[in-house]
Amino acid sequence: MRALVFERNLARFAASKVAAAVAGSGHGVGVGPLELLEIDPPDLPSQRWVRLAPRLSGICGSDLATLDGRSSRYFERIVSFPFVPGHEIVADATGGVFDGARVVVEPVLGCEARGIDPPCQACAGGHRGACEHLAFGDLAPGLQTGFCADTGGGWGAGLVAHESQLWAVPEGFTDEDAVMVEPTACAVHAACSAGLESGASVVVLGAGTLGLCTIASLRAFTLPGRLLAVAKHPEQRRLAAELGADLVVKPEETRRAARRLASTLALGPDGGRVERLAGGVDVVFDCVGSADSLEECLSIVRPGGEIVLVGMPGVVRLDLAPLWQREVRLRGAYAYGTELRPDGPRRTFELAFELVASAGLGRLVSAAYPLERYEEAVAHAAAAGRRGAEKIVFDLRRPARRRPGGAQEAPGPGGAKDEHGPGGAKDEHGPTGAPDHKESP
Amino acid sequence: MSPRPGFVLEVDRSTPSTLFWHGEGFRLEKLPVGSRVLYAPEPFAALKDPDAAIRHALEHPLGDSQPLRSLLRPGMRLTIAFDDISLPLPPMRSPDVRQRVIEAVLDLAAAAGVDDVVLIAALALHRRMTDDELRHILGSRIFDAFAPHGLLWQHDAEDPSQLVHLGRTDEGEDVELNRRAVESDLLVYVNINLVAMDGGHKSVATGLASYKSLRHHHNVRTMRASKSFMDRHRSQLHTSNWRMGRLIAESGMRIFQIETTLNTDTFPAEFRFLQRREWEWSVRDRASFLAASSALDRTPPELARRIFHAVKAPHEMTSVQAGEVEAVHDRTLSMVHAQQLVHVDGQTDVLTMGLPYICPYNVNSIMNPILVACLGLGYFFNLYQGKPLVREGGVVILSHPTPWAFNPVHHPSYIDFFEQVLAETTDLLEIESKYEEAFATDPWYRHLYRTSYAYHGVHPFYMWYWCAHALEHVGRVIVVGGDRAAVRRLGFSPASTLADALEIASDVVGRDPTITHLHVPPLLIADVS
Repeated sequence: MRALVFERNLARFAASKVAAAVAGSGHGVGVGPLELLEIDPPDLPSQRWVRLAPRLSGICGSDLATLDGRSSRYFERIVSFPFVPGHEIVADATGGVFDGARVVVEPVLGCEARGIDPPCQACAGGHRGACEHLAFGDLAPGLQTGFCADTGGGWGAGLVAHESQLWAVPEGFTDEDAVMVEPTACAVHAACSAGLESGASVVVLGAGTLGLCTIASLRAFTLPGRLLAVAKHPEQRRLAAELGADLVVKPEETRRAARRLASTLALGPDGGRVERLAGGVDVVFDCVGSADSLEECLSIVRPGGEIVLVGMPGVVRLDLAPLWQREVRLRGAYAYGTELRPDGPRRTFELAFELVASAGLGRLVSAAYPLERYEEAVAHAAAAGRRGAEKIVFDLRRPARRRPGGAQEAPGPGGAKDEHGPGGAKDEHGPTGAPDHKESP
Repeated sequence: MSPRPGFVLEVDRSTPSTLFWHGEGFRLEKLPVGSRVLYAPEPFAALKDPDAAIRHALEHPLGDSQPLRSLLRPGMRLTIAFDDISLPLPPMRSPDVRQRVIEAVLDLAAAAGVDDVVLIAALALHRRMTDDELRHILGSRIFDAFAPHGLLWQHDAEDPSQLVHLGRTDEGEDVELNRRAVESDLLVYVNINLVAMDGGHKSVATGLASYKSLRHHHNVRTMRASKSFMDRHRSQLHTSNWRMGRLIAESGMRIFQIETTLNTDTFPAEFRFLQRREWEWSVRDRASFLAASSALDRTPPELARRIFHAVKAPHEMTSVQAGEVEAVHDRTLSMVHAQQLVHVDGQTDVLTMGLPYICPYNVNSIMNPILVACLGLGYFFNLYQGKPLVREGGVVILSHPTPWAFNPVHHPSYIDFFEQVLAETTDLLEIESKYEEAFATDPWYRHLYRTSYAYHGVHPFYMWYWCAHALEHVGRVIVVGGDRAAVRRLGFSPASTLADALEIASDVVGRDPTITHLHVPPLLIADVS
């Protein structure tokens, strides 16, 4: 089968890092450790595993960081090489209880998937994202499908998944809706786990896919007082407002807007400039994960407030004096598990399915590429905001399975256009397939 | 030779290009044949001995007031309030008329043995002035005698301990004023009447008031009903101030009003061409214009701004009158009208204006987009009495770079107003109801207003309301040569050239509109029949 394979190749890894640093994110793929290869399908580790044929598989910020060589070395012990990336997956299942079903993958490879019994405390409590055994059990190390040598990933023609990882896609969901469930679940978890009090002032920093889904999640599952979104690009600003932000500003307007939101004094040179807020907002969701974004968070969060790190950070250099002096809580929000809701505990993915449907998040899928055009796809994903796009996916469906109006194949060389207007890339491309997403495989 | 009155030129084929102000620069525009250009009257002659004229005014007050000398006595509490840096424009060469007048008042006070004297800059919600700015207005003798001893104050509209609520007018308007002024035995107010809008009861009722008081006339409804600000009897803004003024008088507060008028001698010798009509430019004027224009073209905007803000106007005092507020102001208005009125026959489809680098609220600062709108639509549009220069549904074309730039020290709330409020809506009533109170009571703006050099948090709202009458009256506003994003944020249409602007205007006024250019400054008031 054909798949994009990420090898452990230090020379290529270094080359991609240099290229990405020089030419920008997404431009190191051609010289990096990712290659399109013909490989054997992965073996089924046990009878509770099933084969999946991906339909769509998204390109995530963490994938881009990996391809750019920006990922933290922290992950070295919880990934295994070579691996096929891709953890945002809607696929057709073969075998087991999901035989013939269209499924979404919950990619964390926790204790159950690894055959570890009794499970760790986190898995036992339904918090699979915090599994302690990501490098142990029946599988090679890998925190998720898409980072594990034994499972394959969404960027290949086939992969395997444990039954416990699978969610049947409801009737009425398009493939585009379904592929948005995993990133939405990350956002749902971030929103639900923040312990947001009703009426709290909230800032969401960054309005890529994760930021937009976080805004939608906050609106759906919490009761913020005022929600300020910070978005760099016009299309992101439009979507942020649509999905529930009370106010959307450009990055350079963040501190002033947050100050008004918090109705607080500010500190800075010459009085009228805002270097940081004296008080601040209650909670900041950092959906970027860079040193700059964290510094921005620290400048606008109130003493005793909380910064929720939703975007995946790497190695950052940061002055933590304000964190210390203002007793700010900094917490991560990774993956998903079980959320405590007023009506009892709910699996994050359940909530994500609901939100994708109610907020129409499938519309965030902007363009689809075949595996063969992976370099373009990654470059498009890396420049998505600037190009008026959000989620870029690989389309592994046979042409007959493609749906008009869904994610359309991006134009070929010479046809690609930057700076897409509202509506994103999908508006510019003609339909490439016929509807049949409701058919059984 | 007496100065020539204002003039309305009808453009013909031989008319030279017309000079448009364009921020810290100029544009020469060829107006279509048949267009009209309005020029201000030439400057009246200065009072030959202004100090003697001041002394005479103090000794011979108008209305039912007694001479100032007889109002002064030992042991009394005397407060002298004066207009702030927003007047005159550009700031005048030393000595400022306020210095002359206050020195004369202080001389009388000293002779009478008055030793409890405080000076108060009547800021209303304007920014505080720096020591240098105060020294320029008052002169070193006064500044050094009062400032080091804490006797030179700047009105603080956000200090509850320094405010007194005098009562409500028949219309329910709160009158809350500076406590020191109210509790003094005598308040002497020293004014500069650059335009007809200034002075009268507005001096105290606005200059020494709080937000609680000001909000009764600085609002959309009142501004829309002020037609125009230069026509006191048709200005609801003034009507409200007059109601407050009469309540102040009834409260027993004793005010001795001193008003001064200036001539239209606005620019110094090196910019003399700005005072002259283009077809009368001498070789020297042309050379000055070319030298100034080419130098400014090569000068970074910030440096050009500094150069222009260093310009001091050669304004001269043309009259001074003192005594009871209304009697004084009537005389003042007649002097202002004599200097500035220009009769104009009929309205126009398109009104063009070149906006200079300065307005009352950006002295030593940046003319940000909100102030551009205010200068064009709030001030210049209102330079009329009778009817607006432009017909209802007509087009106003402004020429200004309109940079997306702000002075964060002077205008912190303007930045937020522009970035956050105007980004959402330009609708006056929606802005007023949804955002005004939050900005007006914002603790950071309040802090900066009180301790730094910032305009009050609500001030950008007032600047926007100031445009209310024009925005309701005209069909479109076009800005030539402005930052396109900033112009659009204001809700106006950007144009690269005047020709483009006229093309855009044709959607509203057709292909053959009448065009009038308001050639200010120097300032004029169009008396439109």
